[in-house]
Amino acid sequence: MPKKVENVGCPYCGVCCDDLVVTVSDDGKKILEVENACAIGNQIFHHATGGERIRLPRLRQPDGSYKEISYDEAVDYAAKVLHNAKKPLIYGFGSTNCEGMAAAAKVAEKAGAVLDNCASICHGSSFLAIFDNGYPSCTLGETKNRADVIVYWGANPAHAHPRHMSRYSIFPRGFFTGKGHKSRKIIVIDPRHTDTAQVADIYLQVKQGHDYELFDAFRAVVRGHEIPDVVAGIKREQILEVANILKKARFGTIFYGMGLCHSDGRNHNVDIAISLTRDLNDFTKWTIMAMRGHYNITGPGAVWSWQYGYPYCLDLTKRDIAHMNPGETSSVDLAMRDEVDAFFNVGTDAGAHFPIDAVKHLKKHPWITVDPNICMASEISDLHIPVGIVGVEVPGIVYRMDNVPIQYRKVIDPPEGVISDEELFERIHKRLCELEAEEAAKGQVKAAPEGVRAESEP
Amino acid sequence: MANRITLNMITQRSIEEGVAMEKGKTTPEYFEACSIIEMHDDDVKALGLVPNQLVRVTSECGSVVVKAVRGRQSLYSGLAFIPQGVWANQVVPPRTQATGEPQYSGFPVTVEPANGEKRKSALELVQGAVGLWRGDQ
Repeated sequence: MPKKVENVGCPYCGVCCDDLVVTVSDDGKKILEVENACAIGNQIFHHATGGERIRLPRLRQPDGSYKEISYDEAVDYAAKVLHNAKKPLIYGFGSTNCEGMAAAAKVAEKAGAVLDNCASICHGSSFLAIFDNGYPSCTLGETKNRADVIVYWGANPAHAHPRHMSRYSIFPRGFFTGKGHKSRKIIVIDPRHTDTAQVADIYLQVKQGHDYELFDAFRAVVRGHEIPDVVAGIKREQILEVANILKKARFGTIFYGMGLCHSDGRNHNVDIAISLTRDLNDFTKWTIMAMRGHYNITGPGAVWSWQYGYPYCLDLTKRDIAHMNPGETSSVDLAMRDEVDAFFNVGTDAGAHFPIDAVKHLKKHPWITVDPNICMASEISDLHIPVGIVGVEVPGIVYRMDNVPIQYRKVIDPPEGVISDEELFERIHKRLCELEAEEAAKGQVKAAPEGVRAESEP
Repeated sequence: MANRITLNMITQRSIEEGVAMEKGKTTPEYFEACSIIEMHDDDVKALGLVPNQLVRVTSECGSVVVKAVRGRQSLYSGLAFIPQGVWANQVVPPRTQATGEPQYSGFPVTVEPANGEKRKSALELVQGAVGLWRGDQ
Protein backbone atom coordinates (compact mmCIF):
# COMPACT_ATOMS: atom_id res chain seq x y z
CA MET A 1 0.00 0.00 0.00
CA PRO A 2 1.62 3.30 -1.02
CA LYS A 3 2.20 5.68 1.87
CA LYS A 4 1.27 9.38 1.84
CA VAL A 5 3.65 11.64 3.75
CA GLU A 6 2.09 15.00 4.61
CA ASN A 7 3.53 18.43 5.47
CA VAL A 8 6.75 17.74 3.61
CA GLY A 9 9.18 20.64 3.07
CA CYS A 10 10.32 21.39 -0.45
CA PRO A 11 14.07 21.54 -1.17
CA TYR A 12 13.88 24.01 -4.03
CA CYS A 13 13.52 27.73 -3.33
CA GLY A 14 13.58 30.12 -0.38
CA VAL A 15 9.80 29.99 0.01
CA CYS A 16 10.31 26.58 1.70
CA CYS A 17 6.77 25.34 1.04
CA ASP A 18 6.02 22.90 3.86
CA ASP A 19 2.65 21.64 2.70
CA LEU A 20 3.74 19.05 0.17
CA VAL A 21 2.13 15.61 0.16
CA VAL A 22 4.43 12.92 -1.18
CA THR A 23 3.23 9.44 -2.04
CA VAL A 24 5.88 6.75 -1.64
CA SER A 25 5.67 3.18 -2.98
CA ASP A 26 4.91 0.42 -0.47
CA ASP A 27 8.53 -0.77 -0.50
CA GLY A 28 9.56 2.78 0.40
CA LYS A 29 11.95 3.03 -2.55
CA LYS A 30 10.09 5.07 -5.15
CA ILE A 31 8.36 8.44 -5.11
CA LEU A 32 5.06 8.02 -6.95
CA GLU A 33 3.35 11.37 -6.62
CA VAL A 34 4.04 14.86 -5.31
CA GLU A 35 1.10 17.15 -4.51
CA ASN A 36 1.14 20.92 -3.95
CA ALA A 37 4.70 21.46 -5.24
CA CYS A 38 5.55 23.79 -8.11
CA ALA A 39 6.94 22.39 -11.36
CA ILE A 40 10.53 22.70 -10.11
CA GLY A 41 9.92 21.18 -6.66
CA ASN A 42 8.00 18.37 -8.30
CA GLN A 43 10.97 17.62 -10.52
CA ILE A 44 13.38 17.42 -7.56
CA PHE A 45 11.34 14.69 -5.83
CA HIS A 46 10.68 12.69 -8.99
CA HIS A 47 14.30 12.99 -10.09
CA ALA A 48 15.45 11.39 -6.80
CA THR A 49 14.05 7.97 -7.69
CA GLY A 50 13.22 8.41 -11.36
CA GLY A 51 16.58 7.47 -12.87
CA GLU A 52 20.06 6.24 -12.20
CA ARG A 53 21.84 7.83 -9.28
CA ILE A 54 25.53 8.04 -8.56
CA ARG A 55 26.07 5.64 -5.63
CA LEU A 56 29.83 5.78 -5.09
CA PRO A 57 32.45 8.53 -5.19
CA ARG A 58 34.18 8.86 -8.55
CA LEU A 59 37.85 9.74 -8.97
CA ARG A 60 39.22 11.24 -12.19
CA GLN A 61 41.77 9.00 -13.93
CA PRO A 62 44.77 10.07 -16.05
CA ASP A 63 42.81 9.30 -19.25
CA GLY A 64 40.06 11.72 -18.17
CA SER A 65 37.52 9.05 -17.24
CA TYR A 66 36.01 8.49 -13.80
CA LYS A 67 36.65 5.42 -11.63
CA GLU A 68 34.40 4.49 -8.71
CA ILE A 69 36.12 4.43 -5.32
CA SER A 70 34.94 3.81 -1.76
CA TYR A 71 33.79 6.56 0.61
CA ASP A 72 36.86 5.84 2.78
CA GLU A 73 39.15 6.48 -0.18
CA ALA A 74 37.23 9.61 -1.12
CA VAL A 75 37.41 10.96 2.44
CA ASP A 76 41.15 10.31 2.50
CA TYR A 77 41.64 12.04 -0.87
CA ALA A 78 39.55 15.05 0.15
CA ALA A 79 41.31 15.40 3.50
CA LYS A 80 44.74 15.22 1.84
CA VAL A 81 43.78 17.88 -0.72
CA LEU A 82 42.69 20.17 2.11
CA HIS A 83 45.72 19.33 4.24
CA ASN A 84 48.19 20.03 1.45
CA ALA A 85 46.54 23.20 0.13
CA LYS A 86 47.75 26.55 1.39
CA LYS A 87 44.40 28.25 0.90
CA PRO A 88 41.53 25.96 -0.11
CA LEU A 89 38.11 27.39 -0.94
CA ILE A 90 34.98 25.57 0.27
CA TYR A 91 31.98 27.03 -1.53
CA GLY A 92 28.30 26.34 -2.13
CA PHE A 93 25.73 25.14 0.42
CA GLY A 94 22.64 26.41 -1.38
CA SER A 95 21.20 22.94 -1.20
CA THR A 96 22.05 21.25 2.06
CA ASN A 97 20.93 21.40 5.67
CA CYS A 98 22.32 23.46 8.54
CA GLU A 99 23.85 20.35 10.10
CA GLY A 100 25.95 19.86 6.95
CA MET A 101 26.93 23.54 6.95
CA ALA A 102 28.13 23.39 10.56
CA ALA A 103 30.17 20.24 9.85
CA ALA A 104 31.71 21.85 6.75
CA ALA A 105 32.66 24.89 8.80
CA LYS A 106 34.52 22.63 11.24
CA VAL A 107 36.45 21.24 8.28
CA ALA A 108 37.14 24.74 6.92
CA GLU A 109 38.51 25.90 10.25
CA LYS A 110 40.69 22.84 10.64
CA ALA A 111 42.01 23.19 7.08
CA GLY A 112 42.52 26.94 7.24
CA ALA A 113 40.18 27.43 4.29
CA VAL A 114 38.02 30.18 2.88
CA LEU A 115 34.37 29.30 3.51
CA ASP A 116 31.78 30.85 1.25
CA ASN A 117 28.22 30.21 0.15
CA CYS A 118 26.10 30.95 -2.90
CA ALA A 119 25.04 34.29 -1.42
CA SER A 120 28.48 35.33 -2.64
CA ILE A 121 27.05 35.48 -6.19
CA CYS A 122 23.42 36.10 -5.18
CA HIS A 123 22.25 38.11 -2.17
CA GLY A 124 25.71 38.88 -0.80
CA SER A 125 25.12 42.50 -1.72
CA SER A 126 22.08 42.39 0.53
CA PHE A 127 24.25 41.47 3.50
CA LEU A 128 26.53 44.42 2.80
CA ALA A 129 23.56 46.79 2.62
CA ILE A 130 21.98 45.29 5.72
CA PHE A 131 25.26 45.74 7.66
CA ASP A 132 25.27 49.39 6.61
CA ASN A 133 21.62 50.25 6.87
CA GLY A 134 19.67 47.69 8.92
CA TYR A 135 16.87 45.39 7.84
CA PRO A 136 13.32 46.53 8.62
CA SER A 137 11.88 43.15 7.69
CA CYS A 138 9.15 40.79 8.84
CA THR A 139 8.13 37.17 8.42
CA LEU A 140 6.20 35.93 5.42
CA GLY A 141 3.32 35.21 7.79
CA GLU A 142 3.09 38.91 8.68
CA THR A 143 2.99 39.82 4.99
CA LYS A 144 0.25 37.26 4.38
CA ASN A 145 -1.82 38.38 7.35
CA ARG A 146 -1.32 42.14 7.12
CA ALA A 147 0.00 43.46 3.81
CA ASP A 148 -2.32 45.37 1.50
CA VAL A 149 0.43 46.69 -0.79
CA ILE A 150 3.12 44.43 -2.27
CA VAL A 151 6.08 45.58 -4.33
CA TYR A 152 8.20 43.15 -6.35
CA TRP A 153 11.31 45.02 -7.48
CA GLY A 154 13.80 43.27 -9.75
CA ALA A 155 12.27 39.96 -8.72
CA ASN A 156 10.32 37.48 -10.81
CA PRO A 157 8.71 34.98 -8.42
CA ALA A 158 6.49 33.57 -11.18
CA HIS A 159 9.69 31.93 -12.43
CA ALA A 160 12.10 31.82 -9.51
CA HIS A 161 9.79 31.33 -6.50
CA PRO A 162 6.68 29.91 -8.13
CA ARG A 163 4.45 29.65 -5.02
CA HIS A 164 5.57 32.85 -3.28
CA MET A 165 2.63 34.84 -4.63
CA SER A 166 0.01 32.22 -3.82
CA ARG A 167 1.28 31.35 -0.34
CA TYR A 168 2.33 34.70 1.07
CA SER A 169 1.99 37.87 -0.93
CA ILE A 170 -0.75 38.35 -3.53
CA PHE A 171 -3.42 35.69 -3.36
CA PRO A 172 -3.78 34.22 0.16
CA ARG A 173 -6.45 35.32 2.58
CA GLY A 174 -4.81 36.24 5.86
CA PHE A 175 -6.05 37.28 9.30
CA PHE A 176 -6.43 40.97 8.38
CA THR A 177 -6.50 40.39 4.63
CA GLY A 178 -9.63 38.30 4.32
CA LYS A 179 -10.38 39.40 0.78
CA GLY A 180 -7.08 38.05 -0.50
CA HIS A 181 -6.06 39.38 -3.89
CA LYS A 182 -9.00 41.80 -4.04
CA SER A 183 -7.77 43.73 -1.03
CA ARG A 184 -4.19 44.09 -2.22
CA LYS A 185 -2.37 46.42 -4.59
CA ILE A 186 0.46 44.79 -6.50
CA ILE A 187 3.28 46.88 -7.93
CA VAL A 188 5.97 45.28 -10.10
CA ILE A 189 9.12 47.16 -11.10
CA ASP A 190 11.36 45.43 -13.63
CA PRO A 191 13.04 46.13 -16.98
CA ARG A 192 11.15 43.15 -18.44
CA HIS A 193 7.39 42.75 -18.48
CA THR A 194 7.73 39.47 -16.62
CA ASP A 195 5.09 36.87 -15.88
CA THR A 196 5.02 38.40 -12.39
CA ALA A 197 4.20 41.78 -13.99
CA GLN A 198 1.17 40.10 -15.59
CA VAL A 199 -0.56 40.01 -12.20
CA ALA A 200 0.43 43.55 -11.20
CA ASP A 201 -2.00 46.43 -10.76
CA ILE A 202 0.82 48.78 -11.68
CA TYR A 203 3.91 47.87 -13.68
CA LEU A 204 6.87 50.24 -13.99
CA GLN A 205 9.37 49.36 -16.71
CA VAL A 206 12.50 50.75 -15.09
CA LYS A 207 15.50 51.21 -17.33
CA GLN A 208 17.96 48.40 -16.60
CA GLY A 209 20.71 49.46 -14.21
CA HIS A 210 18.85 52.63 -13.14
CA ASP A 211 17.03 51.28 -10.10
CA TYR A 212 18.98 53.51 -7.73
CA GLU A 213 17.68 56.63 -9.46
CA LEU A 214 14.10 55.42 -9.25
CA PHE A 215 14.43 54.62 -5.53
CA ASP A 216 15.93 58.07 -5.08
CA ALA A 217 12.96 59.62 -6.87
CA PHE A 218 10.52 57.76 -4.62
CA ARG A 219 12.42 58.94 -1.56
CA ALA A 220 12.37 62.52 -2.82
CA VAL A 221 8.60 62.41 -3.45
CA VAL A 222 7.85 60.71 -0.13
CA ARG A 223 9.82 63.48 1.60
CA GLY A 224 7.93 66.16 -0.29
CA HIS A 225 10.53 67.20 -2.85
CA GLU A 226 10.23 67.81 -6.58
CA ILE A 227 11.50 65.33 -9.16
CA PRO A 228 12.23 65.58 -12.92
CA ASP A 229 9.63 64.72 -15.56
CA VAL A 230 11.18 61.32 -16.24
CA VAL A 231 13.39 59.23 -13.94
CA ALA A 232 14.92 55.90 -15.03
CA GLY A 233 12.44 55.72 -17.88
CA ILE A 234 9.39 56.27 -15.62
CA LYS A 235 7.17 59.34 -15.93
CA ARG A 236 6.82 61.69 -12.98
CA GLU A 237 3.05 61.17 -12.77
CA GLN A 238 3.48 57.42 -12.38
CA ILE A 239 6.09 57.89 -9.67
CA LEU A 240 3.76 60.25 -7.80
CA GLU A 241 0.86 57.80 -8.14
CA VAL A 242 2.89 54.88 -6.79
CA ALA A 243 4.44 56.97 -4.02
CA ASN A 244 0.95 57.89 -2.91
CA ILE A 245 -0.09 54.23 -2.80
CA LEU A 246 3.01 53.37 -0.78
CA LYS A 247 2.29 56.12 1.76
CA LYS A 248 -1.35 55.16 2.14
CA ALA A 249 -0.75 51.45 2.61
CA ARG A 250 -1.84 49.87 5.86
CA PHE A 251 1.10 47.47 5.74
CA GLY A 252 3.49 46.99 2.85
CA THR A 253 6.34 44.70 1.89
CA ILE A 254 9.00 45.30 -0.75
CA PHE A 255 10.29 41.99 -2.10
CA TYR A 256 13.44 42.51 -4.13
CA GLY A 257 15.64 40.18 -6.13
CA MET A 258 18.62 39.84 -8.39
CA GLY A 259 17.60 42.85 -10.46
CA LEU A 260 19.14 44.92 -7.66
CA CYS A 261 22.02 42.66 -6.59
CA HIS A 262 23.33 41.71 -10.05
CA SER A 263 23.19 45.17 -11.65
CA ASP A 264 25.54 48.11 -11.42
CA GLY A 265 25.46 49.48 -7.90
CA ARG A 266 24.91 46.07 -6.26
CA ASN A 267 24.67 46.69 -2.49
CA HIS A 268 23.95 50.39 -3.02
CA ASN A 269 20.70 49.47 -4.80
CA VAL A 270 19.68 47.43 -1.78
CA ASP A 271 20.89 50.13 0.58
CA ILE A 272 18.55 52.73 -0.91
CA ALA A 273 15.68 50.22 -1.01
CA ILE A 274 16.13 49.88 2.76
CA SER A 275 16.27 53.67 3.11
CA LEU A 276 12.99 54.03 1.20
CA THR A 277 11.44 51.41 3.51
CA ARG A 278 12.65 53.39 6.51
CA ASP A 279 11.28 56.64 5.06
CA LEU A 280 7.88 55.05 4.46
CA ASN A 281 7.72 54.06 8.11
CA ASP A 282 7.23 57.74 8.89
CA PHE A 283 3.77 57.32 7.38
CA THR A 284 2.75 53.70 7.85
CA LYS A 285 4.24 50.25 8.34
CA TRP A 286 6.60 49.08 5.60
CA THR A 287 8.93 46.09 5.50
CA ILE A 288 11.48 44.73 3.05
CA MET A 289 12.65 41.23 2.25
CA ALA A 290 15.31 39.67 0.05
CA MET A 291 13.94 36.97 -2.24
CA ARG A 292 16.52 34.40 -1.17
CA GLY A 293 17.03 31.81 -3.87
CA HIS A 294 17.64 28.30 -2.61
CA TYR A 295 15.59 26.66 0.13
CA ASN A 296 18.40 26.89 2.66
CA ILE A 297 20.70 29.60 1.36
CA THR A 298 19.58 31.63 4.37
CA GLY A 299 21.00 28.76 6.45
CA PRO A 300 24.75 29.30 6.10
CA GLY A 301 24.28 32.99 6.93
CA ALA A 302 22.57 31.98 10.17
CA VAL A 303 24.85 29.07 11.05
CA TRP A 304 28.20 30.69 10.24
CA SER A 305 27.21 34.02 11.81
CA TRP A 306 26.54 32.07 14.95
CA GLN A 307 29.83 30.16 14.65
CA TYR A 308 32.15 32.94 13.44
CA GLY A 309 30.24 36.22 13.32
CA TYR A 310 30.05 36.48 9.53
CA PRO A 311 27.48 35.10 7.09
CA TYR A 312 29.62 34.49 3.98
CA CYS A 313 33.06 35.12 2.44
CA LEU A 314 34.71 33.83 5.63
CA ASP A 315 38.47 33.71 5.54
CA LEU A 316 39.47 31.04 8.08
CA THR A 317 43.06 30.77 6.90
CA LYS A 318 44.04 31.90 10.40
CA ARG A 319 41.78 29.12 11.63
CA ASP A 320 39.91 30.39 14.68
CA ILE A 321 40.26 34.05 13.75
CA ALA A 322 37.72 34.76 11.03
CA HIS A 323 37.58 37.74 8.78
CA MET A 324 35.27 38.70 5.96
CA ASN A 325 35.90 41.18 3.18
CA PRO A 326 33.93 40.64 -0.05
CA GLY A 327 35.99 41.67 -3.05
CA GLU A 328 38.95 40.08 -1.27
CA THR A 329 37.53 36.92 0.33
CA SER A 330 34.68 36.30 -2.13
CA SER A 331 34.85 33.16 -4.26
CA VAL A 332 34.78 34.69 -7.74
CA ASP A 333 37.34 37.36 -6.82
CA LEU A 334 39.61 34.77 -5.20
CA ALA A 335 39.30 32.63 -8.32
CA MET A 336 40.05 35.46 -10.72
CA ARG A 337 43.14 36.43 -8.73
CA ASP A 338 44.33 32.81 -8.47
CA GLU A 339 44.50 33.11 -4.69
CA VAL A 340 43.16 29.67 -3.84
CA ASP A 341 44.82 26.34 -4.55
CA ALA A 342 41.98 23.84 -4.06
CA PHE A 343 38.23 24.07 -4.58
CA PHE A 344 35.34 22.28 -2.88
CA ASN A 345 32.00 22.70 -4.66
CA VAL A 346 29.31 21.64 -2.17
CA GLY A 347 25.59 21.45 -2.96
CA THR A 348 25.77 23.88 -5.83
CA ASP A 349 27.11 23.99 -9.38
CA ALA A 350 29.89 26.50 -9.85
CA GLY A 351 30.65 24.82 -13.18
CA ALA A 352 27.35 26.09 -14.57
CA HIS A 353 26.78 29.24 -12.53
CA PHE A 354 30.15 30.93 -12.22
CA PRO A 355 31.36 33.01 -15.17
CA ILE A 356 33.42 30.60 -17.26
CA ASP A 357 36.62 32.59 -16.66
CA ALA A 358 36.32 31.93 -12.92
CA VAL A 359 35.76 28.22 -13.61
CA LYS A 360 38.94 28.09 -15.70
CA HIS A 361 40.97 29.67 -12.92
CA LEU A 362 39.63 27.33 -10.24
CA LYS A 363 40.23 24.29 -12.41
CA LYS A 364 43.99 24.91 -12.32
CA HIS A 365 43.90 23.24 -8.90
CA PRO A 366 42.24 20.17 -7.36
CA TRP A 367 38.43 20.44 -7.67
CA ILE A 368 36.14 18.29 -5.52
CA THR A 369 32.36 18.26 -5.95
CA VAL A 370 29.96 17.13 -3.22
CA ASP A 371 26.50 16.79 -4.76
CA PRO A 372 23.79 14.13 -5.12
CA ASN A 373 23.56 14.58 -8.87
CA ILE A 374 25.55 14.90 -12.05
CA CYS A 375 26.07 18.58 -12.79
CA MET A 376 28.64 20.67 -14.64
CA ALA A 377 30.84 20.86 -11.52
CA SER A 378 30.79 17.08 -11.09
CA GLU A 379 31.76 16.61 -14.74
CA ILE A 380 34.95 18.66 -14.47
CA SER A 381 35.94 17.53 -10.96
CA ASP A 382 38.90 15.48 -9.89
CA LEU A 383 36.63 13.83 -7.34
CA HIS A 384 32.83 13.67 -7.18
CA ILE A 385 31.32 12.53 -3.90
CA PRO A 386 27.57 11.78 -4.01
CA VAL A 387 25.43 12.52 -0.94
CA GLY A 388 21.77 12.11 -0.02
CA ILE A 389 19.25 14.76 -1.10
CA VAL A 390 18.22 16.94 1.85
CA GLY A 391 14.46 17.16 2.21
CA VAL A 392 13.96 13.97 0.22
CA GLU A 393 16.41 11.46 1.72
CA VAL A 394 18.05 13.39 4.57
CA PRO A 395 16.22 15.39 7.27
CA GLY A 396 17.52 18.58 8.84
CA ILE A 397 17.04 22.24 9.69
CA VAL A 398 16.64 24.80 6.92
CA TYR A 399 16.06 28.56 7.11
CA ARG A 400 13.29 30.07 5.02
CA MET A 401 13.91 33.39 3.22
CA ASP A 402 12.47 35.29 6.20
CA ASN A 403 14.96 33.63 8.61
CA VAL A 404 12.36 31.23 10.03
CA PRO A 405 13.93 27.82 10.73
CA ILE A 406 11.97 24.78 9.59
CA GLN A 407 12.62 21.12 10.36
CA TYR A 408 12.68 19.24 7.06
CA ARG A 409 12.02 15.53 6.99
CA LYS A 410 12.97 12.71 4.69
CA VAL A 411 10.41 10.73 2.73
CA ILE A 412 12.64 7.89 1.49
CA ASP A 413 16.06 6.46 2.27
CA PRO A 414 19.06 7.55 0.19
CA PRO A 415 20.44 4.97 -2.28
CA GLU A 416 22.16 2.19 -0.34
CA GLY A 417 25.52 3.28 0.99
CA VAL A 418 25.12 6.98 0.12
CA ILE A 419 25.85 9.20 3.13
CA SER A 420 24.75 12.72 4.12
CA ASP A 421 26.75 15.96 3.75
CA GLU A 422 27.03 16.09 7.54
CA GLU A 423 28.48 12.58 7.84
CA LEU A 424 30.85 13.23 4.95
CA PHE A 425 32.26 16.41 6.49
CA GLU A 426 32.52 14.83 9.93
CA ARG A 427 34.56 12.02 8.39
CA ILE A 428 36.76 14.46 6.46
CA HIS A 429 37.30 16.40 9.70
CA LYS A 430 38.32 13.22 11.53
CA ARG A 431 40.75 12.31 8.76
CA LEU A 432 42.22 15.84 8.79
CA CYS A 433 42.86 15.49 12.53
CA GLU A 434 44.57 12.15 11.89
CA LEU A 435 46.79 13.65 9.18
CA GLU A 436 47.81 16.45 11.54
CA ALA A 437 48.55 13.96 14.29
CA GLU A 438 50.63 11.84 11.89
CA GLU A 439 52.68 14.88 10.94
CA ALA A 440 53.07 15.90 14.56
CA ALA A 441 54.41 12.44 15.37
CA LYS A 442 57.02 12.97 12.68
CA GLY A 443 57.82 16.39 14.13
CA GLN A 444 56.50 18.20 11.08
CA VAL A 445 53.67 20.18 12.60
CA LYS A 446 52.53 23.02 10.37
CA ALA A 447 53.76 26.24 11.93
CA ALA A 448 50.83 28.28 13.17
CA PRO A 449 50.86 31.77 11.64
CA GLU A 450 51.91 34.47 14.04
CA GLY A 451 49.10 35.87 16.15
CA VAL A 452 47.01 32.75 16.00
CA ARG A 453 45.83 31.23 19.23
CA ALA A 454 47.29 27.87 18.37
CA GLU A 455 46.81 26.57 21.89
CA SER A 456 43.09 26.32 21.27
CA GLU A 457 43.75 23.67 18.64
CA PRO A 458 43.40 20.11 19.96
CA MET B 1 20.07 45.99 -41.98
CA ALA B 2 22.98 45.75 -39.60
CA ASN B 3 25.46 42.88 -39.53
CA ARG B 4 25.94 43.32 -35.85
CA ILE B 5 24.21 45.26 -33.04
CA THR B 6 25.16 46.08 -29.48
CA LEU B 7 22.67 45.24 -26.74
CA ASN B 8 22.54 45.43 -22.95
CA MET B 9 22.50 41.85 -21.62
CA ILE B 10 20.77 40.52 -18.51
CA THR B 11 20.73 36.92 -17.29
CA GLN B 12 18.25 35.60 -14.71
CA ARG B 13 16.29 32.49 -13.86
CA SER B 14 13.48 31.20 -16.03
CA ILE B 15 11.13 28.49 -14.78
CA GLU B 16 11.97 26.37 -17.80
CA GLU B 17 15.62 26.58 -16.77
CA GLY B 18 14.71 25.69 -13.18
CA VAL B 19 12.74 22.59 -14.11
CA ALA B 20 15.33 21.44 -16.65
CA MET B 21 18.20 22.05 -14.21
CA GLU B 22 16.61 19.73 -11.67
CA LYS B 23 16.09 17.10 -14.37
CA GLY B 24 19.75 17.41 -15.26
CA LYS B 25 22.07 19.83 -17.02
CA THR B 26 22.99 17.26 -19.64
CA THR B 27 19.36 16.79 -20.74
CA PRO B 28 17.86 18.13 -24.01
CA GLU B 29 15.39 20.10 -21.87
CA TYR B 30 18.22 22.08 -20.26
CA PHE B 31 19.81 22.67 -23.64
CA GLU B 32 16.60 24.06 -25.11
CA ALA B 33 15.74 26.09 -21.99
CA CYS B 34 19.09 27.84 -21.68
CA SER B 35 20.83 28.10 -25.06
CA ILE B 36 18.54 30.91 -26.20
CA ILE B 37 18.48 34.69 -26.33
CA GLU B 38 15.36 36.81 -26.07
CA MET B 39 15.43 40.14 -27.90
CA HIS B 40 12.99 42.92 -28.79
CA ASP B 41 11.32 42.65 -32.20
CA ASP B 42 12.99 45.88 -33.36
CA ASP B 43 16.42 44.41 -32.66
CA VAL B 44 15.51 41.14 -34.37
CA LYS B 45 14.42 43.13 -37.41
CA ALA B 46 17.55 45.29 -37.31
CA LEU B 47 19.63 42.13 -37.69
CA GLY B 48 17.26 40.69 -40.31
CA LEU B 49 16.86 37.47 -38.33
CA VAL B 50 14.29 34.82 -39.13
CA PRO B 51 12.58 33.10 -36.15
CA ASN B 52 14.82 30.69 -34.26
CA GLN B 53 17.94 31.73 -36.15
CA LEU B 54 21.24 31.14 -34.37
CA VAL B 55 23.24 34.17 -33.32
CA ARG B 56 26.69 34.70 -31.89
CA VAL B 57 26.74 36.75 -28.69
CA THR B 58 30.06 38.29 -27.71
CA SER B 59 30.98 40.21 -24.58
CA GLU B 60 34.19 41.67 -23.20
CA CYS B 61 35.16 38.23 -21.92
CA GLY B 62 33.72 35.57 -24.18
CA SER B 63 31.42 34.45 -26.93
CA VAL B 64 28.64 31.89 -27.36
CA VAL B 65 26.18 30.73 -30.03
CA VAL B 66 22.52 30.71 -28.98
CA LYS B 67 19.11 30.68 -30.63
CA ALA B 68 17.20 33.96 -30.98
CA VAL B 69 13.62 33.39 -29.82
CA ARG B 70 10.60 35.54 -29.10
CA GLY B 71 10.23 35.44 -25.32
CA ARG B 72 6.93 35.39 -23.49
CA GLN B 73 8.24 38.09 -21.15
CA SER B 74 8.74 41.20 -23.25
CA LEU B 75 11.62 43.61 -22.95
CA TYR B 76 12.40 46.97 -24.48
CA SER B 77 14.52 47.58 -27.54
CA GLY B 78 18.21 47.50 -26.68
CA LEU B 79 17.82 44.97 -23.86
CA ALA B 80 18.51 41.25 -24.30
CA PHE B 81 18.04 38.23 -22.03
CA ILE B 82 19.72 34.83 -21.81
CA PRO B 83 18.39 32.55 -19.04
CA GLN B 84 20.92 31.94 -16.28
CA GLY B 85 23.06 28.87 -16.87
CA VAL B 86 25.92 27.52 -18.88
CA TRP B 87 25.40 29.55 -22.08
CA ALA B 88 24.89 32.86 -20.28
CA ASN B 89 28.03 32.28 -18.25
CA GLN B 90 30.18 32.05 -21.35
CA VAL B 91 29.72 35.82 -21.66
CA VAL B 92 29.06 37.04 -18.09
CA PRO B 93 31.94 39.29 -17.00
CA PRO B 94 33.50 38.12 -13.71
CA ARG B 95 33.99 41.68 -12.46
CA THR B 96 32.21 42.11 -9.11
CA GLN B 97 32.44 45.76 -8.04
CA ALA B 98 34.23 44.33 -4.98
CA THR B 99 31.12 42.54 -3.74
CA GLY B 100 31.83 39.01 -4.98
CA GLU B 101 28.87 39.17 -7.37
CA PRO B 102 29.70 38.96 -11.06
CA GLN B 103 28.10 41.33 -13.57
CA TYR B 104 25.19 38.98 -14.34
CA SER B 105 22.95 41.85 -15.41
CA GLY B 106 23.77 44.92 -17.42
CA PHE B 107 26.79 44.32 -19.63
CA PRO B 108 27.27 45.15 -23.31
CA VAL B 109 27.26 42.38 -25.88
CA THR B 110 27.33 42.33 -29.66
CA VAL B 111 24.86 40.08 -31.44
CA GLU B 112 25.33 38.88 -35.02
CA PRO B 113 23.95 36.05 -37.15
CA ALA B 114 25.94 32.85 -36.58
CA ASN B 115 26.00 31.59 -40.12
CA GLY B 116 27.10 27.99 -40.43
CA GLU B 117 27.73 27.60 -36.69
CA LYS B 118 26.08 25.26 -34.18
CA ARG B 119 25.11 25.62 -30.56
CA LYS B 120 27.45 23.67 -28.30
CA SER B 121 26.17 21.39 -25.54
CA ALA B 122 26.59 22.37 -21.89
CA LEU B 123 29.20 19.67 -21.40
CA GLU B 124 31.18 20.74 -24.47
CA LEU B 125 31.23 24.34 -23.29
CA VAL B 126 32.26 23.62 -19.69
CA GLN B 127 34.52 20.63 -20.22
CA GLY B 128 35.94 22.31 -23.33
CA ALA B 129 36.85 25.39 -21.30
CA VAL B 130 38.99 23.31 -18.93
CA GLY B 131 40.49 20.88 -21.44
CA LEU B 132 38.38 17.85 -20.53
CA TRP B 133 36.08 17.67 -23.56
CA ARG B 134 36.65 14.47 -25.51
CA GLY B 135 33.90 14.77 -28.11
CA ASP B 136 30.43 13.26 -27.97
CA GLN B 137 30.86 10.15 -25.89
